[in-house]
Amino acid sequence: MRKIEAMQITEVVERLCVEANEHLPEDVKDAIRACRACEDGAIARGVLDDIIENYEIADREQVPVCQDTGMACVFLEIGQDVHIVGGDLGAAVDEGVRRGYDRGYLRKSVVKDPVRRGNTGDNTPAMLYTEIVPGEQMKITVGPKGFGSENMSAIRMFKPSAGLQGIKDFILETVEAAGPNPCPPMVVGVGIGGTFDKAALLAKKALMRPLDSSHEDPFYADLEREMLAKINELGIGPQGFGGRTTALGINIETMPTHIAGMPCAINISCHVTRHKTEVI
Amino acid sequence: MTEKHITLPLTEELARSLHAGDRVYLTGTIYTSRDAGHKRMCEALSRGEKLPFCPEDATIYYVGPTPAKPGQVIGSAGPTTSGRMDAYAPTLMSVGARGMIGKGERLPEVVEAMKTYGGVYFGAIGGAGALLAKCIRKCELIAYEDLGAEALRKLYVEEMPLVVIIDSEGRNLYQEGRAAYLAGR
Repeated sequence: MRKIEAMQITEVVERLCVEANEHLPEDVKDAIRACRACEDGAIARGVLDDIIENYEIADREQVPVCQDTGMACVFLEIGQDVHIVGGDLGAAVDEGVRRGYDRGYLRKSVVKDPVRRGNTGDNTPAMLYTEIVPGEQMKITVGPKGFGSENMSAIRMFKPSAGLQGIKDFILETVEAAGPNPCPPMVVGVGIGGTFDKAALLAKKALMRPLDSSHEDPFYADLEREMLAKINELGIGPQGFGGRTTALGINIETMPTHIAGMPCAINISCHVTRHKTEVI
Repeated sequence: MTEKHITLPLTEELARSLHAGDRVYLTGTIYTSRDAGHKRMCEALSRGEKLPFCPEDATIYYVGPTPAKPGQVIGSAGPTTSGRMDAYAPTLMSVGARGMIGKGERLPEVVEAMKTYGGVYFGAIGGAGALLAKCIRKCELIAYEDLGAEALRKLYVEEMPLVVIIDSEGRNLYQEGRAAYLAGR
């Protein structure tokens, strides 16, 4: 049994909140640069040039890449031989978010009630997901998620007879409906299987996966490649002004499901798809 | 693509001279407001009260910036999704506001109001908050301080890089740009 102090979790979450908001992952930068090289149109190229300049300024000056510094989605993979001491886990994570969003001059974008609103003032609570895994380490991932793109996400409970074609159509339909709103070029996270809630979580987790990775099953890896090509034939383009680059990537995550169903969730993200991980 | 350098205020004559697809560099005073601020402004108007700024020929930037770090004028400041302000935009245009800066689609009733009053919808690059902050030279909080990032601010911008998405004739770059790309492929 290994002991991890709650305070250490707070410190890591604080640091990851700031770093994730100021520095885009290298795989996302690589994808943006690769797409810039493939665009022909003056407007589309100009937009991608500005997007590149933007993340370079953020890196250099240590400022947020985007003003929507998001809700703090926090994923913890906790080794089963870990014992957390010196405080409550949930409180430790929220304290990390509170400190990170204060110290990093990040925007406080959370309201305390979905209907009656009212800003919580410190960007808490975190959207916390915990998973118990073998071992005695803890893997902490912070993925700040903006809502311009979150609002364009969708979930559908398919009949199994809808098959692969149903899923393909739904992906294109969702990207089409999102149009210019989610700040394209987008990143598309797809979760297929599980239950209603699990499909949505898989879609969110898909956004945390590097863009230069593929689903381990060649069937879904092919589907990722096919759907990225189809999305980029829609012509929406950078910022919706027309062009080739509508999406930087699409990641699909899957799991077993019920004999009667085929849930499919699509979590839309933007060109500022941020996440940072640390293992303690 | 036509490039235009314009200085505010956005008079009706100036507004009607801009066309969808124009690359515009904007200089002058603009006001920030988003969801909660728009709701308050429209409630104030319905009670017969004045707005915190003179709306005549004004341009509103849909933005909720991050807090300024020491030494900064403003934090990162890119546009938010304009569609959430659609319920309020025609009311603000009816009292003289003319320019809107944001990103994303607008409803037909907003476009109709733009035709009637001579409005322009400019797009700033969504997600480019660090870059856009560079052209903001002054920032002053003028109302609704309790709303935090959503408070009403008066900004002075220099050569703010924008694109006209929808013009006062109702032409729309989202439709035209996409159609042009698909036709040229």
